Amino acid sequence: MTIALQKFDELRLEQVRREFGGLNALKDVTLTVKRGEFIALLGPSGCGKSTTLNCIAGLLPVTGGSIWLDKRRIDTLRPEERGFGMVFQSYALFPHLTVKQNVGFGLKMRGVPKAEISRKVDEALALVRLTGQAQKLPGQLSGGQQQRVAIARAIVIEPPLVLMDEPLSNLDAKLRLEMRAEIRRIHNTLGATTIYVTHDQDEALSLADRIVVLKDGVIRQVGTPNELYEKPAHIDVADFMGFRNRIKGRVIRQAGASATLAVGGSEVTGIMRSSVQDGSEAYAAIRADDLMTGEPGQNAFAARIETIEYRGREFVGTARTSDGIDLVFRSDHAVALGANVHLRAAPERVLVFSEAM
Amino acid sequence: MTMTVLAEKQIIESGPSLHQRLAARGFDAVTLLVIPAFALLALLFVYPFAYGLILSFEPKAGSAWSNYQRFFTDPYLYTTIWKTLLLSVPVTVLNLVVSLPVAFRVRLMYRQRLLTTILVVPITLGTVLIAEGLLNYLGPQGWFNRTLIAVGLIDHPLRLVHNYWGVFASLLINGFPFTFLLVLSYVTGIDPALEQAAATLGANARQRFTSVFLPILMPGLAITFCLSFVQAFSVFPSAVLLGEPAGQTRVISIAAYQAAFEEYDYSMASAIAMIMGIVQLAIVLGMMATRGLFYRGPVAGTKG
Repeated sequence: MTIALQKFDELRLEQVRREFGGLNALKDVTLTVKRGEFIALLGPSGCGKSTTLNCIAGLLPVTGGSIWLDKRRIDTLRPEERGFGMVFQSYALFPHLTVKQNVGFGLKMRGVPKAEISRKVDEALALVRLTGQAQKLPGQLSGGQQQRVAIARAIVIEPPLVLMDEPLSNLDAKLRLEMRAEIRRIHNTLGATTIYVTHDQDEALSLADRIVVLKDGVIRQVGTPNELYEKPAHIDVADFMGFRNRIKGRVIRQAGASATLAVGGSEVTGIMRSSVQDGSEAYAAIRADDLMTGEPGQNAFAARIETIEYRGREFVGTARTSDGIDLVFRSDHAVALGANVHLRAAPERVLVFSEAM
Repeated sequence: MTMTVLAEKQIIESGPSLHQRLAARGFDAVTLLVIPAFALLALLFVYPFAYGLILSFEPKAGSAWSNYQRFFTDPYLYTTIWKTLLLSVPVTVLNLVVSLPVAFRVRLMYRQRLLTTILVVPITLGTVLIAEGLLNYLGPQGWFNRTLIAVGLIDHPLRLVHNYWGVFASLLINGFPFTFLLVLSYVTGIDPALEQAAATLGANARQRFTSVFLPILMPGLAITFCLSFVQAFSVFPSAVLLGEPAGQTRVISIAAYQAAFEEYDYSMASAIAMIMGIVQLAIVLGMMATRGLFYRGPVAGTKG
């Protein structure tokens, strides 16, 4: 392996701001990325994740704060002076150049001798398993192959940092899983440092060493996939980690780490993830997986089945309580539409968040 | 029940109907809608062209080819080709060269609609109004010369009308909006991510233009050149009003006009029109041939 990515210790974003037309696209984003890490920027569309990536790449100017690569300030540099490899959502392959010329483009711009370009391009194409397609034009390749070319083109310039902007969103579901594994394999083989933007929590959870959840231009939580999945620090993060039930209620009592909310006519008890006060409004978050049909009692909602979907091993359905709360639940047996059931979640599987943060 | 099953079977055996088979080959009722267009083309283009072609071989006197012989032996006639090219080619090239950077800037603007509206105005005004305007503006007592004299750049007014430069200016103004709008559509058709990708790969602004934009734009620019050139080559009003119709700007359309309406030799006029067409065709074909040297696929990058 002669593709050797440039070494560095850390990339630091210090209170990076990006204002656009009076709107704060990014508000004081501070983040440190260590060499070798795979970081996923996760959030809904418009949360600022792509903006953050473009600011790092130099495609968007920051309006405040600074970005540092070790002791070098880079937010003032033009994108061509930063030398980061970037993979675009649309791949952005040059349509008039062959696969080989596309991958060699960055080296050619750097004035690398032809023989060396050829050798490195071949190596990069071998790394992304695309040997034998070198003389084709991008238009002759499938979506997955184009994606591989885009990755080869980004890594062949041996960048300290590889930036990926939703690289898999244009692929079909099967290919997406395949390329996901490929991206991680390439990251590991090269010992690369990757910042990966996605709106898909499965992608983030399976790929990343650390996930940064953004919402409205603010970092909500930074943590390992496990930390985020088990202990989301914010209701927005919980939303993204599969807590599809977000039930608003009023705190009626607290005991140790748990709090009980009154929700319409029922009560629901869960583990506090942020401090709440008695009498104040709060959210109970429950995963669909943890809400199942059962007996009436503690943490049970009386609800009427509205939809039911077959998912192979199980059923996933929606139900509505008499107070008008919509719930998503799981069931291991078929439930009749319109049936009145009780949906229960174990208190240790319910998280309670304060309303505002 | 048995009846329905039998009926279905029959349909399957008879295969698709004639109507379905025609539709599969692209012929259906909608195809009939092209008939008016065909009729109009035949009536307004094919027939007059064929009529003119035949007429050009029926001279007032001499053999069938004598009109063409006369054209290429009389310097007063054959030099018009060169004079017209001398006007139309530089004007077209200049319009392209000016349009390109402006289009690159406008591509990033938010109020493109307003600008394009302003640019379309010269097209709607027509060549005559612009020619009359330029006659005053560029004339010896016009603002242009007066300003230059007032600033002290020149002592005597420059002669800018009733010669080559008057026609040149008029063609430039008339042709620019058209050229610009075409170029703009080609430039905005390029996926902005291509430029961003080139930038992250280390290409500076000049390299991005020469290695990414220009090769992708070349076929479009060639087409724009052809369309703008054909427009400029058929210059007539401004060559008469702003130029020197007996000398420097005696363009080929003036020669055709004089043959038709001063000598009343429609056969000769048709021959000149045919020669005009052949010259235009030669340039256009030459330009199209160069397109083959460049990439001609989709410019929006890749699928997705």
